[in-house]
Amino acid sequence: MSQKERIIGGVANYVDERTGAAKWLNKNLKKVFPDHWSFMLGEVALYSFIILLLSGTFLTFWFDPSQRDVIYNGSYMPLQHVQMSAAYASTLHISFDVRGGLLMRQIHHWAALLFMAAIIAHLLRVFFTGAFRKPREANWLIGVGLVTLGIVEGFLGYSLPDDLLSGTGIRIAEAILQAIPVVGSYIAFFAFGGAFPGHVFIPRIYTVHVLLLPGAFLALITIHLMLVWYQKHTQYPGPGRTEKNVVGYPLMPVYMAKAGGFFGIVFGVTAFLGAVASINPIWLYGPYTPGQISAGSQPDFYMGWLDGLVRMSPPIETHAFGHTISWNILIPGLIVPGILFTGMALYPFIESYISGDKREHHLLDRPRNVPNRTALGVMSLTFIMVVLINGGNDLIATHFHMSINQIMWMSRIGVFILPPLSFVITKRICLSLQRADRDLVLHGRETGRLVMLPHGEFVEVHEPISAEKAWTLTSHEQPKAIPHVSEDANGVAKPKSLVNKLRSRMSTANAEQRPAATATEAKELEGGHH
Amino acid sequence: MTSFARVSKYRRHKFAGPVLVVAALLTIGSAFSIASALPSATKMSAGATTTQIAEGKKIFAAGCSSCHGLNAEGSSIAPALIGVGAASVDFQVGTGRMPMADMSQQAERKPPKYNAEETAALAAYVASLAPGPSAVDGANLNYERDGNTAQGGELFRTNCAMCHNFAAQGGALSQGKYAPTLMGVQPKYMYEAMITGPQSMPIFSDKTITPAEKLSIIKWIKAAQNEPSLGGATTGRVGPVTEGLLAWLLGLGSLIGVAVWLAAKAR
Repeated sequence: MSQKERIIGGVANYVDERTGAAKWLNKNLKKVFPDHWSFMLGEVALYSFIILLLSGTFLTFWFDPSQRDVIYNGSYMPLQHVQMSAAYASTLHISFDVRGGLLMRQIHHWAALLFMAAIIAHLLRVFFTGAFRKPREANWLIGVGLVTLGIVEGFLGYSLPDDLLSGTGIRIAEAILQAIPVVGSYIAFFAFGGAFPGHVFIPRIYTVHVLLLPGAFLALITIHLMLVWYQKHTQYPGPGRTEKNVVGYPLMPVYMAKAGGFFGIVFGVTAFLGAVASINPIWLYGPYTPGQISAGSQPDFYMGWLDGLVRMSPPIETHAFGHTISWNILIPGLIVPGILFTGMALYPFIESYISGDKREHHLLDRPRNVPNRTALGVMSLTFIMVVLINGGNDLIATHFHMSINQIMWMSRIGVFILPPLSFVITKRICLSLQRADRDLVLHGRETGRLVMLPHGEFVEVHEPISAEKAWTLTSHEQPKAIPHVSEDANGVAKPKSLVNKLRSRMSTANAEQRPAATATEAKELEGGHH
Repeated sequence: MTSFARVSKYRRHKFAGPVLVVAALLTIGSAFSIASALPSATKMSAGATTTQIAEGKKIFAAGCSSCHGLNAEGSSIAPALIGVGAASVDFQVGTGRMPMADMSQQAERKPPKYNAEETAALAAYVASLAPGPSAVDGANLNYERDGNTAQGGELFRTNCAMCHNFAAQGGALSQGKYAPTLMGVQPKYMYEAMITGPQSMPIFSDKTITPAEKLSIIKWIKAAQNEPSLGGATTGRVGPVTEGLLAWLLGLGSLIGVAVWLAAKAR
């Protein structure tokens, strides 16, 4: 034993005798994780969050979250001697007079966009592969909480600099608060400490942005990851992979190296974007005053769909009992998002109710093998895309020489027609892909080699696919619909017949499948015409 | 325009005296220079000759009268031009908007059809029909000397940004109409647009925005145009839409590429 080994061993032993860490580490460092690129989307979100914490901390050293009026006297000449809030002036100071300040601001903003994009991509992966099923419903709920908080946190960050664009966003947020029936005006007055814009909103949201929400994020992300650790990671189906094992590589050294390297790459991409691509040039927007607005004022993309909903809503208001109800803001600003997010949160429970499946699942679904869920996901995505496009209707109008009114009407109609249409199309595509899988297993791969038979007929030679691939294509379950039983054995009508009937109907639609090829079928074919 | 209460706080400051003297000198100086510069700008076409008017009438009859009427009295498809003044003609014809290429929602900026001389003749002819704002001589618009960038920025954000976007990149109006980008527009055309209110644009009279303030606006637009892209490549200065596209395509796109590579190497 060399001198070095003795010292390190001594230290390790000292720690182990007092904490018992060796046993715990030995177990956990060997923990196996499956390997797939789509499992790294959540990692991108996690690493962006770390970048956000670091760059955000840097920004707090100089940012002054105050709406007190100051006269700008920094080095950006076009705003010299302009009256503005201290928040805006300090953001200009960070951008032009702090070494590396603009780079950090841009890294922070790019990381925020990347954070939200990665969360959404991760959420889609989890949804379309059915990773939310038992026992992971709680983690799905935490994920829905994280994406909701992310939208709020991002919006607050966008609002803090108090530039013309920020103020416009805050004004719309105030309008949405006011649209809450009966209590709206009081809530808005409470939030702003009086009339808009007031002097308290920016200091208040600053505390929420840098303390409350990051704390909530840290707590939720920790639970999110601990649950992944405890429940183990899901894996894609394949030979040797079952509901009871995890096939992959150990944390140490493979994933330590991969994750560490990937963090470096995420940081690199964010820093590259921050260095070469301008984002939110607040100095061009100018300070916020309620009398000004810019054409093409948009929120960041994760709020863009909400803006698109507001932009397409017709001007409807009702007056009742001395109160005004602004449906034009209430529906797009609160009701529709409320329905979307509640539906998203409850989806695992709804699906399990419809399918009657209460078992644990650790093997993921291929999206085509669950046509109903996949179609539902694409339907929701279509809805979001239509309203998101309408959120950018002014830019689309100018850049593609279209009329903004036409785009708005197209979205108004499209938002009702395109989602159901995409549901039907997606479901058909999924069923066709199932048929293609079945075909591939039974008839093999097309080789492109043509053979002329003695009597002159040309045929293409098909090669059987590998046993591994055939397994992957046929191992999925064939779900069974819940039958509708309206009477018990004695012919007495069951209670809640209507609910049961509805559930049975949905279950039948949900279970629609093209049967996977079976071994007997393959044998029969071999004996037959090949 | 900013509050006097704020200024009064500094009135006993030791620099108050010198600053006031400098400010007074500056005010007198710039007021004088603007006063001497602007009238000459607006008088430019006053010396239009009869030959010029006759020449203009000929061009008008050949190129404009089919829509605007033989005597510029207007028609169901085009407005009357009596009283629009030389400034309007100089703007519309000089920027190539008139004659229109087609009957679309809005006349587009394009290479002008008539040269400077013909444009001046047309302007002289229309100005001879009834008095209206005179064309502006770009050489007399010394916005660099007489304008104030910061003040221009404030005026721009208050009066112009709602249609032309915060960085003068243009924006959408209703029914396919639009506020054009102001990048690369000659100062005199900006000035003429403000005093004549072409197409959907309102007229900003000298009472709403003084001549000096107009120069400040022009100075700010030019400063915005010439400002180097301070934070790296711009994404069109149109706000978060293009930023979001870049974040998804370049940001997340490249990271997914890396993730695929990382997962593939392990096999």
